[in-house]
Amino acid sequence: MLRINCPFCGIRDEAEFKFGGDASVKRPPADAGAEAFYLYAYERDNPKGWYVEWWHHVAGCRQWLKVVRHTVTHDIAQVAKAGDAVSVPQS
Amino acid sequence: MSQRNRLASGGRIDRSRTLKFTFDGHAFEGHPGDTLASALIANGERLVGRSFKYHRPRGIVTSGPEEPCALVQLRAGARQEPNTRATVAELFDGLVATSQNRWPSLAVDIASINSLVGRFLPAGFYYKTFMWPASFWEKVYEPLIRRAAGLGKAAMEPDPDEYETVHAHCDVLVVGSGAAGLAAARAAGAAGARVILAEQDFEMGGGLLLEPQHEAWRRSMLEALSAIPDVRLLPRTSVFGFYEHDVLGAIERVSDHLPVPPDHQVRQRRWTIRARQTVLATGATERPIAFPNNDRPGVMLASAAMTYARRFGVAAGERAIVFANNDGGYESAFALQDAGVAVAAIIDVRNKAKGADAARDRGIVVRLGSEVTNVHGGRSVSGATIRSRNGGGERTIDGDLLCVAGGWNPAVYLASHTRARLRWDGGLSAFLPGTPVQAERSAGTAAGVFGIARCAADGAKAGLEAASAAGFRDSKAFDLPAPDGGDADPKVEAFWEVKAKGKSFVDLQNDVTADDIRLAHREGYTHIEHAKRYTTHSMATDQGRTSGLLGSAVLAEARGETVQKVGMPTYRPYVTPVSWGGFAGREAGHHLAPVRRTPLHHWHIRNHGIFLETGLWLRPLYYSATRETGWDPILREARAVRQNVGICDVSTLGKIDIQGRDAGTFLDRLYTNTFSTLAVGKARYGLMLREDGMVFDDGTTSRLSETRYLMTTTTAKAAEVLAHMEFLHQTVWPELDVRTCTVTDQWAQMSVAGPKARLALQGCVEGLDLGNEAFPFMGVGDARIAGCPVRLYRVSFSGEMAYEVATPAGYGERVWEAILEAGKPQGIVPYGLEALGLLRIEKGHVAGPELNGQTTAKDLGFEKMMKKKGDFIGRVSAERPALVSPDRPRLVGIRAVDPSFEKRLRGGAHLVEKPDSKKSLGWATSITRSVELERWLGLAMIRQGPERIGQRLYATYPLKNEVVEVEICSPHHVDPENLRVRA
Repeated sequence: MLRINCPFCGIRDEAEFKFGGDASVKRPPADAGAEAFYLYAYERDNPKGWYVEWWHHVAGCRQWLKVVRHTVTHDIAQVAKAGDAVSVPQS
Repeated sequence: MSQRNRLASGGRIDRSRTLKFTFDGHAFEGHPGDTLASALIANGERLVGRSFKYHRPRGIVTSGPEEPCALVQLRAGARQEPNTRATVAELFDGLVATSQNRWPSLAVDIASINSLVGRFLPAGFYYKTFMWPASFWEKVYEPLIRRAAGLGKAAMEPDPDEYETVHAHCDVLVVGSGAAGLAAARAAGAAGARVILAEQDFEMGGGLLLEPQHEAWRRSMLEALSAIPDVRLLPRTSVFGFYEHDVLGAIERVSDHLPVPPDHQVRQRRWTIRARQTVLATGATERPIAFPNNDRPGVMLASAAMTYARRFGVAAGERAIVFANNDGGYESAFALQDAGVAVAAIIDVRNKAKGADAARDRGIVVRLGSEVTNVHGGRSVSGATIRSRNGGGERTIDGDLLCVAGGWNPAVYLASHTRARLRWDGGLSAFLPGTPVQAERSAGTAAGVFGIARCAADGAKAGLEAASAAGFRDSKAFDLPAPDGGDADPKVEAFWEVKAKGKSFVDLQNDVTADDIRLAHREGYTHIEHAKRYTTHSMATDQGRTSGLLGSAVLAEARGETVQKVGMPTYRPYVTPVSWGGFAGREAGHHLAPVRRTPLHHWHIRNHGIFLETGLWLRPLYYSATRETGWDPILREARAVRQNVGICDVSTLGKIDIQGRDAGTFLDRLYTNTFSTLAVGKARYGLMLREDGMVFDDGTTSRLSETRYLMTTTTAKAAEVLAHMEFLHQTVWPELDVRTCTVTDQWAQMSVAGPKARLALQGCVEGLDLGNEAFPFMGVGDARIAGCPVRLYRVSFSGEMAYEVATPAGYGERVWEAILEAGKPQGIVPYGLEALGLLRIEKGHVAGPELNGQTTAKDLGFEKMMKKKGDFIGRVSAERPALVSPDRPRLVGIRAVDPSFEKRLRGGAHLVEKPDSKKSLGWATSITRSVELERWLGLAMIRQGPERIGQRLYATYPLKNEVVEVEICSPHHVDPENLRVRA
């Protein structure tokens, strides 16, 4: 079970959160066209390694958090507020 | 004679008390401190089970949780528990155990014929044999395999016992209470760390329990640990998994050693432990050697035979033959001899052995450089054939106990769960835990350290390190046992298998032989993970704890490589089997999920509401005090709404309060239609899409002030819509000044619907003119009913003139009853979910079956609700060519041509052009009996649906051989001009 250090609530169990998918995709501007929205809706990387993903603290502060997680080791390098920039480790 | 193998003295059993138990109906006796296994051995019971595949006779092989063979059915009735390892089942008075996997009896098992035809059941036989014809799988093969191969049987009655889950935090978790574990816990506890010490056995001490000379130290350590308030001792607790982020799972067998749990006590307790640091002092398991017929009852690990003698005071046999590749075998042989067991010979594969002289001094024959090539006896060992490894003839030795000492496997399982790599130790010929990945360290025998004194010192060091890493640096010293020089050298000669004719088992529980492993290799399964799956080696409940490495060694030889190169299959949770009850805890039966009740729940109960679970909600389907059946109460309630007035609890609708200067802008981007232009005091129906262009949800949203809206969602999607809104606001449009909050539970809401709804409400509403001009369709206004504040929304789901009345939840019943009282002259009745559904289908309103995530706004006839200007979620994707194709199924109404209820329409029926056609044009989504048109009708998704209006098609339901002629029509079966709602 992951332990996620919510910037608002502190370290909490994974059970309080809901996974929200890839946090690196950005909603295109309204006039970006069908291809851009297609990529936004469907295209996702599936990396072996570090991944920036959304976790929604549904049973806590209801905030969407950016979590930098390693998909192999489950290590979490950073948990940030939705609007904050995150840095992804190189290795 | 009772307990004929019980030694005259010794052991940690309480001889002053006798416990009675039965095995396969035979009555036996044992003592407190016995396991079922030790008590069976005491009574001379050898044959305790039949093997999984060949139904070969099997006995007790080990003395601990690693037991592969002695699996029994424990208890009877609702409490019966299959596949219980006799070696860990604590004996209690009245224990009932039965053997498994045998028919008709343990001694005479018909399926053991499998053993004779064994060459037709090679590795991978499931994959090869049962492949064709496909139809045979369900009818022939599966039942056959299930009967032949099943082990124990689960109870068919509900488990009468309770289980619970516990969450714990600690600074240092110590797993295992041998010398290393005790010392680690003491060192960490003395430093002030919060310590949990978990031991799977019912007695703390691990290997110390076999060492009377260290008993005083063991006791003093336990006393000292008990005196430290922040040290928690958990006996009978198996740590079964080491998960990411230093979370560990453990199962405490609170009452398994009792016939029935005491009052108010649970059977088992599952712990979720968040440990800052963990010390794994899990010890080691002795491993066997593969040789022909090494599975006969009476072939036992040497350390187990020693354990039975020293700890339980039982002789596992009368005349032992010891087969060893290391000095540990000598220690066991001497212990047996000291207990009065004759030792016929020690067969040592090595040419030189340190203990050989001492053994000969004791009068034991030692045969160096020798090996066991066969075991005699069927249901019990009677002797063995041995030979010199350097050539020469075979000879036979008589004996009823064959003790195998093949070396030690440190218990690296928990460390492996953390993805810590294993490290090969050439001296032990075993894998040790490698560099830790999480906050753990192994200590004692688990780390390859042997001997009580060395283990204690290693444990103390690990405990100090763990405490220090957790921030507790000052510990107090305590006495450790002094080295006594008597420890056996743990080095082994890497010897895994005797090459001789016969079945040499590497996995006793799954009946995998060395030849099976070689077959897997020949057939291309050369990776250990593939060979494991192909042969099922180490895939049984014992996870190959005794013999896993043996399989790797046999594979390594076949590959011509070293064992360390081949490695071990990945260890995953669970180290030990865990009962379902332990996982469920209290969340069983109706506690499986929370129950949501509306504020009017108790009124519904008092007034004969018949309930249905919809998601977590309990909602009244209909109300019936008499013996109405089938559709009768539903039609009665629906007619009341169409003709007079009804009232329905709609509190389950999702309600979201939306506030802020940009609330209108936010809603414009969420909905396909516009809400920023909505006048204060008005409601509007809104449609939401997902970003892929499909319809997500719908509902009415009202404007309460310039900066405040109240959204309603469907009952099912309430939580999803809120999360969707939070996501968009927090991550996509954080610049918008808007806040959202669920208020679903804060409001009781009821729909008052029917041509006489206004009349009924006028009898109780104060402070609001309900006249059609003052309060038109889609109006919103505040008022009072029975002195309670209410908000009225003039919205309709039924198609009749209707008002939704919302009031703070606590006033719900009072307002509801006031409306019922006021509506009496109009004949008001409460109506439930079924009538609600009937009415909305007649009116052609979409709900769950139409909003199924695969329909677009256009599919549902909502294309005009897609605003032309401005961005909204799903706008671009909804325009993709395939989603606007005219060939897509689109919403229409269907109604039975026959104006009666004779031929039933069903949801899910396919629409076809001819009665026997198999070419589907679409399907019926929602079907009901109609009170308006007195026939079956409903909604359907049909290709070119709107163009087909007026056509006749057939609704076919082949599962029930039903074909009904239907007419395609507008989805609005009732009042298509929408006059009633505006009346």
